[in-house]
Amino acid sequence: MTNYETYHHDVLVIGSGGAGLRAAIEASAAGVSVAVVCRSLLGKAHTVMAEGGVAAALGNVDDRDNWKVHFTDTLRGGQYLNNERMAELHAKESPDRVRELEAWGAVFDRTDDGRILQRNFGGHKYPRLAHVGDRTGLEMIRTLQDYTIHLGVDIYQEFTIVNLLKEGDKVVGAFGYDREKGLFKVFHAKAVIIATGGMGRIYKISSNSWDCTGSGISLAYHAGAELIDMEFVQFHPTGMVWPPSVRGLLITEGVRGEGGVLRNNAGRRFMFDDVPESYRAQTSTNEEEGWRYTQGDKNAKRPPELLTRDHVARCIMREIREGRGSPHGGVYLDIAWIKEKIPNATEHIRRKLPSMYHQFKELAGVDITKEAMEVGPTTHYIMGGVKVDADSQMTSTPGLFAAGECAAGLHGANRLGGNSLSDLLVFGKRAGEYAAAYARNTPAGKINEREVQEIATAALAPFERESSAAGENPFQIQYQLQDRMQELVGIVRTGKELEEALKHIGELKEKIIRVACSGNRGYNPGWHTALELTHMITVAEAIARAALQRKESRGGHYREDFPEKSDAFGKVNINIKKDDKGEMTVTQVTKPKMRDDLQQIVNEMK
Amino acid sequence: MASVTFQIWRTHASGGQLQEYKTEISEGMVVLDAVHQIQAEQANDMAVRWNCKAGKCGSCSAEINGHPKLMCMTRMSDMPQDKPITIHPMKAFPVIRDLVTDVSVNYRMKKKIKKFKPRPPDAPDGTWRMAQSDIDRIQEFRKCIECFLCQDVCHVLREHQLHEEFVGPRHMVYTAALEMHPLDVEDRREELKNTGGIGFCNITKCCTTVCPEHITITDNAIIPLKERVADRFYDPLMRLLHLFSKKKNNH
Repeated sequence: MTNYETYHHDVLVIGSGGAGLRAAIEASAAGVSVAVVCRSLLGKAHTVMAEGGVAAALGNVDDRDNWKVHFTDTLRGGQYLNNERMAELHAKESPDRVRELEAWGAVFDRTDDGRILQRNFGGHKYPRLAHVGDRTGLEMIRTLQDYTIHLGVDIYQEFTIVNLLKEGDKVVGAFGYDREKGLFKVFHAKAVIIATGGMGRIYKISSNSWDCTGSGISLAYHAGAELIDMEFVQFHPTGMVWPPSVRGLLITEGVRGEGGVLRNNAGRRFMFDDVPESYRAQTSTNEEEGWRYTQGDKNAKRPPELLTRDHVARCIMREIREGRGSPHGGVYLDIAWIKEKIPNATEHIRRKLPSMYHQFKELAGVDITKEAMEVGPTTHYIMGGVKVDADSQMTSTPGLFAAGECAAGLHGANRLGGNSLSDLLVFGKRAGEYAAAYARNTPAGKINEREVQEIATAALAPFERESSAAGENPFQIQYQLQDRMQELVGIVRTGKELEEALKHIGELKEKIIRVACSGNRGYNPGWHTALELTHMITVAEAIARAALQRKESRGGHYREDFPEKSDAFGKVNINIKKDDKGEMTVTQVTKPKMRDDLQQIVNEMK
Repeated sequence: MASVTFQIWRTHASGGQLQEYKTEISEGMVVLDAVHQIQAEQANDMAVRWNCKAGKCGSCSAEINGHPKLMCMTRMSDMPQDKPITIHPMKAFPVIRDLVTDVSVNYRMKKKIKKFKPRPPDAPDGTWRMAQSDIDRIQEFRKCIECFLCQDVCHVLREHQLHEEFVGPRHMVYTAALEMHPLDVEDRREELKNTGGIGFCNITKCCTTVCPEHITITDNAIIPLKERVADRFYDPLMRLLHLFSKKKNNH
């Protein structure tokens, strides 16, 4: 019999990044009692790493911008697999969500007339990203954090949720532990919001924080919620490639937005060589025009470096694979060249891209105002995740909501840069609002004591195996998974490799049954990793299975054995669900027809 | 590849001690990489707090060879490797386990500082106008990643453990960002003087030296706040003006 402490709340928010905090703020404003569980310390979540900006059609820099343009840009970028209702809500509501941050103390960079400045980013027709240099995520999370702490929300720092608890079909709480002492806790809640972010840590080369293990997606899946679009993983085109220990660290798209260009080892701007049909009309064909676009010339078309991330990443891969890469297996990203164009370029770069300057100087010994950076693709984001209702963010499991990166639908097959920070705000707010309303109208469910005891016993099992020689090291299993995912489920995929990946994942599932921990329960990273492995392997399997199912190439998903887009697959989303026997089932679900008025907007903007 | 010796603080039931580990170092590694490698290969239960490994979250603060630093931003190639490298948890805070400290006091103190209170919007659409030149200085303060290295090195907190009497450099920066925010209309001078304990700071600038974000904490945040407090409470003319404006606001 294991002891545990129980906390009672109307709404439990799991995750304290942008989506989680925004949800907590809204739920609290609705007058219900709210708990936020932070995996790390408050304010350290992965949102802090977002750099370039938050996309919102404020029209401050170019008044031709409006929600319809943002909406169509999002669908075009997502290759029309997006949930159009989500894209509509997102485009309409993000300007208010950004302005609201200003009312809470955020300090965005300014236009000459004192309004919020907006910058260019890939796939956005007009300058649309409100930003603070290249540390927009920090500004956002600090603003939300500093606002939340005065609301009477209960914040549980360094707590980890291990399982969701159900009564029948309905989610009624969650089971977890505090890291400091390793003591078990039960959160009894009427509604639960998952806002746990992404899963970059299941890949070897990733821009993601330690927290990003896909835990929320896995928690929802095991609680019976449906997942969609799991095959769509975004590999950001520009991660650091050297030195090895920082491989994958993000270089903001803002570098290209400010005029940075991509070159191969022959000095060629290879992005001009391949511009997709759907973007040809809005892409410049010469370097001079591209430069003018980055400097705000409204009549110029955008340079091909600012095409969508999926495309840029694949072009970079092509250069590297065909032998035109840089010494450490990347290509060159050059911002220093702008000194040919503007006076005080050094100062300009340091002001616009301070973190990038800092990062390269301190970690790679490279001065980006003088030399080009070496860059290559890095695992950055998952478009897929928990399937939600567009308006309420409720999952297919009653009482369970999801928002932010762990939820799916807004981005379709590829996300535009800047659309994730706005996603967090728009749908974080909606999740909070609807979860609070749900909690008000729902009696508290019953926690099943036997279920809690079973989960607790399973969670402690790794310590029982401590003395066993056959015990597996949790860190080594994690490394093996990361290697396999990188190698077999990466940016270029084949059916054969995906099947091989699933075989390895099956073997790793066997291994985690034997994972062993030493030491005691207080702040024990080995134990923490051991419990996290189930989540990581679940999400890895979902990605591989969905990728195997989608026999075409689209957005973030590229199949070498099916390199073209297929009309048939363009009409379906891949759904994943746990069946009655506990197996992962994959089905194709036909997308509903787009609402006529939205279809009309898409047609007008073509 | 070179083998490097580390001495890392490990806690046990009756306290703690530096424990020796050897690990192989490869090109470009930072101290946090070495700690992770030791953790994965030799000490699965060694506690270390970290998130981003990119100098952005401020989780992995520690004292490396006695210097307060972020482990993720300290390159091995900058460390002398002929003698053991010591890694100690931050000394100003109680240790939870190994390299992890209890920094909760910082969150408590921050909550006591009066929150942002904007003036009414400037435009009918509910938005404000601010010049970039007017926000440059608070944007410097808002770069803070809350690593608490400045708190760690502040002698008021470190030697004298006056955590409840002095909010420390981090929260001076936080208060400065609020006080100098062009939209903010709150007055925090009284709390700075009393609960904030601004008088405890005697401007040794240790905090500025260790800030990984290179915020000029003392010169740009603390000294101007001290001046504001002095103007408010010690300048006779300003006191009179304050009295007057208070009356005006009250009627």
